[in-house]
Amino acid sequence: MISEQLLYSLAGIGLFAIGLRATLLHHMLLPRLLALNVCGAGVFLIFIAIAYAGVENMADPVPQALVLTGIVVAVSATAMALALGRRLEALKDE
Amino acid sequence: MSDAIIWVIMIPLLGSLISLTWSRYASFIAITSNMLALAASIIIVRQVYQSGPFIHQLGSWQTGLGISLRADALSSILLVMSMSVISAATFYASTYFTDAVKRARFWPLWLMLVVALNALLLSGDLFNLYVTLELLGLSAIALTALSDNRAALQAAIRYLSIGLLGSLVFLAGVALVYTGYGTLDLATLSNVVQASPLSQVAFGLMTAGLLIKSALFPLHFWLPSAHASAPAPVSAALSALVVKVAVYILLRLWIDVFDPVLTPFSAMLLGMLGAIAVIWGSWQALQAQRLKLMAAYSTVAQIGYLFIFLPLIVALPDGPLKDAAYTALLLMALTHGFAKSAFFLSAGVIQQYCGHDRIAELGGTARALPLTIFVIALSGVALIGLPPSGSFLGKWHLISSSLHAGQWWWVPVIAAGSILATAYVFRILGHAFAPGEGVDQVLKWGREEIPALILALLATLILGFGSAGLWDFVSQHNGFPGG
Repeated sequence: MISEQLLYSLAGIGLFAIGLRATLLHHMLLPRLLALNVCGAGVFLIFIAIAYAGVENMADPVPQALVLTGIVVAVSATAMALALGRRLEALKDE
Repeated sequence: MSDAIIWVIMIPLLGSLISLTWSRYASFIAITSNMLALAASIIIVRQVYQSGPFIHQLGSWQTGLGISLRADALSSILLVMSMSVISAATFYASTYFTDAVKRARFWPLWLMLVVALNALLLSGDLFNLYVTLELLGLSAIALTALSDNRAALQAAIRYLSIGLLGSLVFLAGVALVYTGYGTLDLATLSNVVQASPLSQVAFGLMTAGLLIKSALFPLHFWLPSAHASAPAPVSAALSALVVKVAVYILLRLWIDVFDPVLTPFSAMLLGMLGAIAVIWGSWQALQAQRLKLMAAYSTVAQIGYLFIFLPLIVALPDGPLKDAAYTALLLMALTHGFAKSAFFLSAGVIQQYCGHDRIAELGGTARALPLTIFVIALSGVALIGLPPSGSFLGKWHLISSSLHAGQWWWVPVIAAGSILATAYVFRILGHAFAPGEGVDQVLKWGREEIPALILALLATLILGFGSAGLWDFVSQHNGFPGG
């Protein structure tokens, strides 16, 4: 039986690959942003899996701190892309 | 003693926050904080020159827990270059924006860009490099979108989505490094990294992410539209600095940290891509119809030269030859930084004076704006690589290192790139000196032309005649203590 850590790491790598493929295939803003967020979720899952050290032990805090920062960055970048997209739509209507 | 390394980041950060709340005095705050940060960066170079590379642990946390800031010859010199370009562009920007709303939005973002640049150059671990890359990307994109027209917004969105992809790929590499070695500190890593499948994949992912950010052919497609449609002072910073710091991280990782992992083949591959970038970028620059687009394609080509150095540095044995190639790379990067920012600022002056930047309709500008056209010619000298510019010395060493390393095939590429650069620079000058209508015949002489002149003089004269000390400085003080 494979360990939980490996399972989560592989899931993370899978998500990353799916997101990467979709990012490269889509040219519309919204699907692309969703794909980038899936891609990011994959990377964060890999970090979480790295931090895991068994049920009895405390998880490594460094990767978890990194994930928190990563999520903040991803949220702000997504928000900015959406704001730019809205502004572009508004300019198209004028 | 190492306080300057904190202040060079803190002063623009404070300036950014104050200018956000106190937008009426924002120009004054920005100029003051950039001058102070420039002074701090000069103090850092002096410290490195006198007592060698140093580390500052923020809050006295031990390595690996807190944020560590480091300065050595490479990072401190790039820091001074970036602060000089930023200061000149700041003076220019204080006259560029006439719209009060845009000006109020510009200054906080601009100072945040400075924070990101300085923090990135001084970062000592992989995760802070990721965070500062993102901060840099986000502020650069917001500044690009300030032009507020369709072309700029489309370019900004493309820049954002491709930049985000690049940083996620980089972050995935960082995760693998932490899995393998349990640390992200660059100096510690450089002692423990070994060639293994894991470190190869991690290294490959980080390199791929940074290649997107540094716009190496064929990943350059987002660059020309973004750099051409941003406001002129922003374009100057994007082309001269934002692209270059990604190359800086790449160089750090390749030469200092992951040297057991990299193979001559991978270095050769990047060199080949760099060579294609030189030819393709210069050719596109020659075809471009607009001044700023031409400058953006020229950036693609100039970044290519930096990548040609990589296979040479890898192939040359440790010693004076390798150090010479490494320093020549730095000199090329410095010259391009000064010359390209001078070019973009002059393009901004022309655009505001003529109301457009179409190359074919530049006739008469040499008579109306003699100083600006002189600056374009001076920075053209540096882009071509004519003596006495810094890039003349850089290209000279590039050619001699390729002959020393037995890789003669780079020489025709460098020659072809220089000929194409001559062609695109003289094409602009030809149109500018032609007689033209529609431009006022009154001689104009404004203070917005001075910053570009200083930058162009730095690129052609100061770096050409004064860079002899750079070779000793870099070979003695590069790398981190313990690294």
